[in-house]
Amino acid sequence: MADGRDRSAVGRLVAFARRLRLAGLAVPVDSVVAYVRAVEAVGIDRRDRVYWAGRATLVHSQEDVAVYDQVFGSFWWGGPAMPDAPPAPPDPSRPESPGDTPAAPDGEPARQLAPVSYSDVDQLRHKDFAACTPEELEEIAHLLRVRRVRAMQRSRRMHRSRRVRGRHDPRATMRRTMRSGGEVVRLMRREPASRPRRVVLLCDVSGSMEPYARALLRFLHVVVVGQGRVEAFAVGTRLTHLTRQLGWRDPDAALRHASASVVDWSGGTRLGEGIGTFNDRFGMPGMARGAIVVVLSDGLDRGDPARLAAEMARLHRASHRTIWVNPLKASAGYEPLARGMAAALPHVDRFVDGHSAASLDALVCMIGEGEW
Amino acid sequence: MSDAREGTGRTPGAPPKTVDDVRRALEDHGYLADDGLATAIFLAMVLHRPLFLEGEPGGGKTEVANALSRWTGGELVRLQCYEGIDVSQAVYEWDFARQLLHLRAAELPGAATGDGPEPRRTVEDELFSERFLVRRPLLRAISPAPGRTAPPVLIIDEVDRADDEFEAFLLEVLADYSVTVPELGTFRAAEPPVVVLTSNRTRDVHDALKRRCLYHWVEHPSFEREVAIVRLKAPEAEERLVRQVTAAVQAIRGMGLYKAPGVAETIDWAQALAALGSTELDETVVERTLGTVLKYREDIERVAGDALSAVVDEAVRHG
Repeated sequence: MADGRDRSAVGRLVAFARRLRLAGLAVPVDSVVAYVRAVEAVGIDRRDRVYWAGRATLVHSQEDVAVYDQVFGSFWWGGPAMPDAPPAPPDPSRPESPGDTPAAPDGEPARQLAPVSYSDVDQLRHKDFAACTPEELEEIAHLLRVRRVRAMQRSRRMHRSRRVRGRHDPRATMRRTMRSGGEVVRLMRREPASRPRRVVLLCDVSGSMEPYARALLRFLHVVVVGQGRVEAFAVGTRLTHLTRQLGWRDPDAALRHASASVVDWSGGTRLGEGIGTFNDRFGMPGMARGAIVVVLSDGLDRGDPARLAAEMARLHRASHRTIWVNPLKASAGYEPLARGMAAALPHVDRFVDGHSAASLDALVCMIGEGEW
Repeated sequence: MSDAREGTGRTPGAPPKTVDDVRRALEDHGYLADDGLATAIFLAMVLHRPLFLEGEPGGGKTEVANALSRWTGGELVRLQCYEGIDVSQAVYEWDFARQLLHLRAAELPGAATGDGPEPRRTVEDELFSERFLVRRPLLRAISPAPGRTAPPVLIIDEVDRADDEFEAFLLEVLADYSVTVPELGTFRAAEPPVVVLTSNRTRDVHDALKRRCLYHWVEHPSFEREVAIVRLKAPEAEERLVRQVTAAVQAIRGMGLYKAPGVAETIDWAQALAALGSTELDETVVERTLGTVLKYREDIERVAGDALSAVVDEAVRHG
């Protein structure tokens, strides 16, 4: 590509970008333009230069690097072709076959579902997700309205203008002074403004949580699209960041994207490791600091309870409040005896149930009111 | 500074010619960049796009901007982001105290030559002139103080700590390198500054902002590169010590700790050991200085326990 504008060379570059798109990367047109200019600038004759020019312009996060590497190898140098698409994960946005009943995992005694009563809607609001038919779950999805989870926090940094108390606000004073023709009539002051705390949701998607996964994922979705400062993760045998996928306003699209990116649906649980990964990658660098962290899990964990306890302790120290939502808690005679649950409990500020729409409503209120 | 370095770098203001130019020039100014990073920096300068750096803390992200500034001779303008940062701290603010004084002075008998609307408007115009404008980092980078020939190097540090609203604002500024002050008009950069953004990934920065930028993930360096970096930054440490310290840190990184040490910690450790007069690692001295490398009690306990002798053996063998 001596003159860099060689049309066939540009065509190849664009085709490469298209291949990346097919492989699942988001490659907007302006990135492709930047890519063509970048390759022109570094020269197309050296493989490593072309590689890095693409890395800098077409890749926008570290997670995309692996896909880029693979496509780069197969496209430019005829390396191994793309492997077959991974088997489609179960789609939690779709109702399961009715006969599906939750198995009692980890040798837990088969549990009694929480008793229900009241009128129809009310009944549905309080019905255990695990006992619902697919139709009822669809109904419940409508009950989970889009909502804003907000927990206000006084901030020392942000201020808003006020007349009476607080630090002097020269800007507001000046505005007022100009209004009265240059006479300083009143000193304006500022007081700390409040702003919402970040809310972090960690949802267990392992096999034992399967009866609740669909409903809880919907809950995650309504909270994420309800604005505010919310981050959502799925924890199974690994950690998946779901905030972006759940950001689609259309619930079906959101759930489809979310379930496509979680590769460990209904697998085992290693909560300690999952929460550890969260702590290392996101929590300790800042996401958990001052935040309200909500773990949605039945606490039936196959990992090392000591590890889970250590990671929960870390999380608890960094966060403002830690809430554990356990759908099993509402069952009659439930005791947090599962090893994982027992290990985590000392490092939790609030232990609540989350088996029904009403209990999730209560959770949202609890976060919002900040009464601890 | 740039004048003295003409041979290795570039004339101020002119973009570099090749990727190797960039790597060599940065090396002359105390930064060892690998191929990927050098290419990204080269492209940022040639294509006039901001460079978005992500990676573990202590990996030398901020240092990139320092080295760039030393090399190009452009003023280093630093904007540290934090929760709640707003336009008055990032772009500009009016100097209210001086405005008030000025207003008072204009009212003094004899100061004004007459009554009526004319002089009043003059006073108002004066009030919102550049004289009373306090330039914050973004404005300083876009409209730098006269005297320097090279465009400034703007580092927007830890952009993930700022709020979404501020990010949207940054996007606007970085799109066409201009800032509008309603009372004065639009400032546009004669030559775009070199912009480096860093993020520790406490949250995902918005896609639109990332798309505007060139992206590079800063990895922990290879053994030989890290040795070279430590040698450069801690010249007082002996060669054997440098190699052993680097080998030990790389071994510690593989242990899955809460906070794996970055290059900054390797440099700190080498400097600390050199200050203590060590020329070689041994278990006692490692145990005593572990606090310069590891910052969590749990991590120190893990390494200082059974793993200690293995780490030291490995380091001595490798170094």
